[in-house]
Amino acid sequence: MSLINSPAELEEFRKNVLSKRDPNKPCITLCSGSACNASGSLEVAAAIEEEIQKQGLSADVDIRRTGCHGFCERGPIVVIHPEEICYFNIVPKDVPEIVSETIKEKRVVERLLYTDPSTNEKIIHESEIPFYKYQERIVFGFNSKIDPKNIEDYLAIGGYAALAKALTGMTADQVLQEVKKANLRGRGGGGFPAGNKWEGSRNAPGDIKYVIVNADEGDPGAYMDRSVLEGNPHSVLEGLTIGAFAVGAHEGYIYVRQEYPLAVENVHMAIKKAEEHGFLGKNILGSGFDFKVIVHQGAGAFVCGESTALMTALEGRAGEPRPKYVRSNVVGLWGRPSVLNNVETWANVPLIINKGADWFTQIGTETSKGTKIFSLVGKITNTGLVEVPMGTPLKDIIFKIGGGIPGGKKFKAVQTGGPSGGCIPEDQLDLPVGFDELTAAGSMMGSGGMIVMDEDTCMVDVARYFLDFLTDESCGKCVPCREGMRQMLKILTNITQGKGKEGDIELLEQLSETAIEAALCALGKSSPNPFLSTLKYFREEYEAHVKEKRCPALSCKELIAFYIDPEKCKACMTCAKKCPSNAIISAKNQIHIVDQEKCTKCGTCFEVCPPKFRAVTKISGEPVPPPIPEEARTIVRESKQK
Amino acid sequence: MDNDRIDQIIDKHHGEPSYLIQVLLDIQSEHHWLPREALERVAERLQVPLTRIQHIATFYKAFSLVPKGRHEIHICVGTACHVRGAPRVLDAAEELTGIKPGETDLDLKFSLQTVNCLGCCALGPVLEIDGKTHGKMSPGQMADVLKNYE
Amino acid sequence: MSEILLQIDGKEVKAKAGMTLLEAARSVGISIPTLCYHEKLEPFGGCRLCIVELEMKGWSRLVVSCVYPVEKNLVVKTRSEKVDRIRKMIIELQMAHAPDAFDLQDLAKEYGADKNRFEKEPSFCIHCGLCVRYCAEVKKKHAIGFVDRGIRKEISFVPEIAAKECWNCKECFPLCPTEALQAAYVLAGALASFETAPEK
Repeated sequence: MSLINSPAELEEFRKNVLSKRDPNKPCITLCSGSACNASGSLEVAAAIEEEIQKQGLSADVDIRRTGCHGFCERGPIVVIHPEEICYFNIVPKDVPEIVSETIKEKRVVERLLYTDPSTNEKIIHESEIPFYKYQERIVFGFNSKIDPKNIEDYLAIGGYAALAKALTGMTADQVLQEVKKANLRGRGGGGFPAGNKWEGSRNAPGDIKYVIVNADEGDPGAYMDRSVLEGNPHSVLEGLTIGAFAVGAHEGYIYVRQEYPLAVENVHMAIKKAEEHGFLGKNILGSGFDFKVIVHQGAGAFVCGESTALMTALEGRAGEPRPKYVRSNVVGLWGRPSVLNNVETWANVPLIINKGADWFTQIGTETSKGTKIFSLVGKITNTGLVEVPMGTPLKDIIFKIGGGIPGGKKFKAVQTGGPSGGCIPEDQLDLPVGFDELTAAGSMMGSGGMIVMDEDTCMVDVARYFLDFLTDESCGKCVPCREGMRQMLKILTNITQGKGKEGDIELLEQLSETAIEAALCALGKSSPNPFLSTLKYFREEYEAHVKEKRCPALSCKELIAFYIDPEKCKACMTCAKKCPSNAIISAKNQIHIVDQEKCTKCGTCFEVCPPKFRAVTKISGEPVPPPIPEEARTIVRESKQK
Repeated sequence: MDNDRIDQIIDKHHGEPSYLIQVLLDIQSEHHWLPREALERVAERLQVPLTRIQHIATFYKAFSLVPKGRHEIHICVGTACHVRGAPRVLDAAEELTGIKPGETDLDLKFSLQTVNCLGCCALGPVLEIDGKTHGKMSPGQMADVLKNYE
Repeated sequence: MSEILLQIDGKEVKAKAGMTLLEAARSVGISIPTLCYHEKLEPFGGCRLCIVELEMKGWSRLVVSCVYPVEKNLVVKTRSEKVDRIRKMIIELQMAHAPDAFDLQDLAKEYGADKNRFEKEPSFCIHCGLCVRYCAEVKKKHAIGFVDRGIRKEISFVPEIAAKECWNCKECFPLCPTEALQAAYVLAGALASFETAPEK
């Protein structure tokens, strides 16, 4: 493999790659992102390889294992090209039929297609499926077309053309101005204009500067960065190199959390391939610009997603944040100007250079340009990764794309921005997604996690959950965060256990002010957000917990009791058999009774009671009715009366 | 773990103190825990104080200063899994193994740990044992899953 | 040496470039309370007690004076309703750990803090970090360090080093505002079997 030494050689090489590819040749693409792997796509991949070989089709059919497609609820996903036939929830034993019917006979296997829940019609093509149809996947869409381990796939879709254009056709300042003009705001949480950050570093004194990719993605429920890094690592490398050129940095770092082994593996491989081809290293594409990239793994600390803590971790220390009075783009890693941006931010850069800032600014709203990838998870029908233009109303994301709430349940709130964000209730669902809009509503964009909650979610418990998370993840250096959250967690835990008292909510508000005003870093400063936003929109839940010892969502273990309605129980014995604590008094034809002394509130009986009976209920805030007397428990079956 | 292997790992990372965390990650991944002697060797070779290593080894969740069980159970308690009922799954795991998160049982069979997001939210609640992911878990399924592990 | 002019509590202050607000205030005799500050050590910024209010362009914000660098034309207030309210809360949070510490009691009197506002916590270390930092930066022995993070963070001696070095030193002892340090030292000695009390 010889190095590509100029843009002309790059285009020559690309033409060569494309000439060897026939767009009409059948290709089976299989989603092989981490989530689909967990759903069994490794076994499906093996089955596909075996079946293709068995049927003697190895020369006629390509197999491509791609990164995440985004429709994670329905994985493993197989897409047959060139027809774009989309099959879902594939298991190894579906594979022979797919090969025989679809590849050989060009017939669709109906049972594997997506069924539109409102019309009951089968949909064949990926682009017509509602989940995909309403998205605009300018960044994420490439995932389904490339094998992340094969750099030629990336070149085939036009990869590294932006790098060639920037390094040899533009000056560093022109690149910077283009990114500024595009108003690309950070996709990691802060929403700070990337161009301004780059400019600050470029103008800062010193010859040694760094560019850093923040792939720590600690927000629970958010996995967009993982999917981009796993599925399209070259897009991130290309963006990073362009940024380094604009800023004047010759060394870049990628900080990936170690909980993402596939992303670590794929990014290492991408760097190796990029170096082999001359997209990294010395005199890239003959431009005279040198740049190298080093990968560091995280070791399990959410706080290391904070930029100054990340830099401290890169220096081989415990990730304690530093005060930001002197910004890290001036004094950062090793005290030098350092531009740190999120994975998705870097992945947008090649698009901006290729298509121009004017194209980019046409997408989105006045203050939030471009698209954003969200991870739509929780109580939602179509769990997955969703990319939409900024300004899309929340309700479109949740209902049109997400398919609404499963199980006939009612929407309650959507939590955005991770542990630093807040909950947005039903009456705000028309809100367009955008940095400033979400902040004004009491939440924030954050990294793009979007956790949907329904009527069964207790909002007080949500606040307690996030505080529990943050007290564990806090670095522990400053008092407002360490001690403030310690006390907030205690109070909220007491409230969820029925031990809340008058004055608790006011004390929580005061602790919130202390954290917001005086904490050291963004983790501490934003730690009260989940509490404050749930208090703002769901105050009545807090008051019910404190004053009535009642959990309106029937969720908090200490405040609920499981009760079998004697009118509905048909003595089927299902709950009694499944109860892990033997807490159900039952016998044939005898109405079942929950022994409240033994019950551990695990909820198994509630889950397993047959839907046609729905005899197990949850009670909160009132005493459990006493068990009906033994004599009254016998059920007389109708058939016996015949 | 012998000093030769530790030295090899340190040399792979150029003997630089800024790679301290990467060195410890490699030792943890091979040995499944960080013995005191290993930490002392690293302190000596990289010329960093033992207090710094101590802080790092306890600050970051990936490291363990005590031996782990044969099977490491990771239960995701990320927000999406939480709203889908992960706390009850965790309760069931604690009940069946007799240990709490961060602990290892006396037979060194199971270690239990909570994790904050495995990124498999579509399968929530999620449980991972020895690299294998079990999705859509409920408390009732826990016994069946655990009995497969010796 | 470049001079920077700023205003603290209505007073004109001439500070040197590179000074922090705390140092500038002290240079003109204005006192700001601190728990984790020590002249011989790098500023830590952990206790947040030294917060002050900055006024600029019509709005104000709180900054931590022991780490905030002086800038020209700053208008600084070392006391205000908000500053006092937050300092009171910080003192109350610390007193959940060490209600009897003299420094905290003095501060409580000054700011009207209630030492019983929060339920008592088992550990009386208030994480000022003076012991750890003194041993690392001044003595350079690294006999004591921090372990863990968040609400589980603690100070911990390295037994082998403490056994050798602390006996003759103990310079950190007077720095501890709560004597949690002395207790940790005795405990470390007991666990690792080294002498912590003078032989008779």
